[in-house]
Amino acid sequence: MKLKTTVTLSAALLALGVTSAAQAGTLEDVQGRGVLRCVTSTGIAGFAQPDANGVWRGFDVDFCRATAAAVLGDANKIEAVTSTGKTRFTKLNAGEGDVLWRNTTITFTRDVGVKLRFHGVNYYDGQGFMVRKDLGVNSAMELDGASVCIQTGTTTELNLSDYFNTNGMKYEPVTIETNDEGRQNYESGRCDVYTTDASGLASTRSALPDPDAHVVLPEIISKEPLGPATRHGDDQWSDIVTWVLNATITAEELGVTSQNVDAMKDSKNPEVRRLLGTDGSQGEELGLSNDWAYQIIKQVGNYGEIFENNIGVNTPLGIARGLNALWTNGGLLYSPPFR
Amino acid sequence: MKDNSSQASNPLTRLWRNQESRGVIIQIITITLLFAIIALIGRNVVINLAALDKEFSFTFLTWPAAYDIGFSPFLEYTSQSTHLKAAAVGLLNTLLVAITGCIFASILGFTLGILRLSKNWLVNRIAYTFVEFMRNVPVLIHILAIYSLIITLMPPVKKALDLGGGQFFISNRGFYMPSPVFEPGAWMVGVAMIVAILSVFLFRRWAKKVQDNTGKIYPVFWISIGIIFGLTGIVFIAAGMPLSWDVPALKGFNFKGGMAIKPEFLALWLALSYYTACFIAEIVRAGILAVSHGQTEASKALGLRNNRVLQLVVIPQALRIIIPPLSSQYLNLTKNSSLAIAIGYMDITATLGGISLMQTGKEMETMILVMGVYLLISLCISGYMNWFNRRIKLTER
Ligand SMILES: N[C@@H](CCC(=O)N[C@@H](CS)C(=O)NCC(=O)O)C(=O)O
Repeated sequence: MKLKTTVTLSAALLALGVTSAAQAGTLEDVQGRGVLRCVTSTGIAGFAQPDANGVWRGFDVDFCRATAAAVLGDANKIEAVTSTGKTRFTKLNAGEGDVLWRNTTITFTRDVGVKLRFHGVNYYDGQGFMVRKDLGVNSAMELDGASVCIQTGTTTELNLSDYFNTNGMKYEPVTIETNDEGRQNYESGRCDVYTTDASGLASTRSALPDPDAHVVLPEIISKEPLGPATRHGDDQWSDIVTWVLNATITAEELGVTSQNVDAMKDSKNPEVRRLLGTDGSQGEELGLSNDWAYQIIKQVGNYGEIFENNIGVNTPLGIARGLNALWTNGGLLYSPPFR
Repeated sequence: MKDNSSQASNPLTRLWRNQESRGVIIQIITITLLFAIIALIGRNVVINLAALDKEFSFTFLTWPAAYDIGFSPFLEYTSQSTHLKAAAVGLLNTLLVAITGCIFASILGFTLGILRLSKNWLVNRIAYTFVEFMRNVPVLIHILAIYSLIITLMPPVKKALDLGGGQFFISNRGFYMPSPVFEPGAWMVGVAMIVAILSVFLFRRWAKKVQDNTGKIYPVFWISIGIIFGLTGIVFIAAGMPLSWDVPALKGFNFKGGMAIKPEFLALWLALSYYTACFIAEIVRAGILAVSHGQTEASKALGLRNNRVLQLVVIPQALRIIIPPLSSQYLNLTKNSSLAIAIGYMDITATLGGISLMQTGKEMETMILVMGVYLLISLCISGYMNWFNRRIKLTER
């Protein structure tokens, strides 16, 4: 017995000890492997979900594809490392994924305590509440005493606690691991309220049998700037992820789309020419080929295209650009210049 | 051991050929290897943590946890409590489901085991089918299945089923019942109960002595029950019935007042219990079958009644065979309780090894603590079972 437990213990420690996180050289690792591994969610319609053929699709997946297009020249060379809210950072830090594109909020603790590198925001979000219409609830302030479904390991559960405490209300947390389990619990009436990022609510609502029987309450109780993350210790890789995101935003700003990108290569605008690799050597400075951004836009699209294809007003999620419009259109999206 | 091959001149070879010294050599090599592996792991951990810029420290345990826990029957916990307290809540929840699970699994397991031995064909087959079906489906599936059954089949809270006079309700948010409220004077009843239990112990001792000396048998069981209920009851009435009930009632979104058994606990407890019970049933059946039939016949020939034969001859001998494998079933149940996480029951894996891990990023530290806790619980269980095993061991006179 004693021996058995010793052996189990050391085996477990061994597993923790030898999973060596791939350090500096992520770019070489990815190029050597020929596949980019992205930490994604386990499935959330519009953001990351396998389609009928098992191909991963969605807003977050498109950013993963954009990264693969830049790094490998082929947007399809991706592998989804699915993770729940709770396991995502462990998976990233243990080297199971190269980059995390998974509706993840940038926070102080995650940046400083969990030691992640963040690279900007690809979706400005905030936490909201969804209830059944027939409950007759019009405001989150009427939720005293309710049972609330939340996903474990998220900022959601922390915001929720703060919100109810500061407003002197009580609730019963019903903690689940994935969005699908949450939806089941909510549908069966195990909880009165489902709370998560407003984008996640739109997605969950669109997947319910009768979306119109549910309302999203007006209160947004938090700031949830969602963005990609990587490990500490590889500045080159960090730069690449940062500028992949910036390239999609800048392309929209400059009017470069997947349709016109070939023509735009000969644009008169020097920034377009630098972005697409016609002039200069920005790609090579990143350690990539010079047409890295051209590949992103050609194969995946600019930010606006990624948004509209997956979660925009013409999709079941029907999300308006809102805060996620370009700064020139009254939104918050603002990329540093390619100069 | 005699060296019967050609005489080895090399002293090392001679050491190796000698059984005793060979044993020592092998042990030394094994232990050195073990330490080398541990050192290698430790070194790897340090290097990897440094590469991730992480430091190894347990101070996070004193930080506020900042998350709420839906199920904390024993401790007062708020989101301002520390991660340490969250871990304690999780530990108590683990112990709660492990202990109640072991008790229920034993009762069910012994019953099923005896039913499996029934001469009634139908009873026998039903028990057989149940055992074979249940233990051949993974326990995680059982947990998830029971949980979905509860939350989809039970009525929603607004339509909760009234099980009796507005006191007991069942819904997919749990089973609600009145909780006792102690009023001044209730302590007297408590004291009376303790006194009653002590007197039962003394009475049993005395009755056994009488039986050993004179052969006279008292109906010990019924007298014990009488003492406990009688004494406690009389004091209860004399103290003016210092007990009232807090009855659950639907207010707003949920029931308020009373006690509730949550579906998460219920599903985990039921699934772990009946799954483990099926293994216990087989152990019990094997244990009873191993007591040779001649023993039963001999006792009957001595004029013992059927239940006395079981009680005095078969069960004590069967127990010796049953206890060791039973301990490993208890260990299994306890470790399987970490599957709680699948349905959101807040055990130690879900609090310390789940939310605290994620919110602080201290994977290494939390996992070491969680493993240590399970190891400690397991050692306690096997320690207790070993003690019990020694106690019932055959004492040769
Ligand atoms: N932004 C929050 C919440 C992220 C989160 O977990 N969102 C849920 C609901 S939108 C999700 O992505 N679920 C997908 C899954 O279950 O894998 C955070 O970073 O903690």
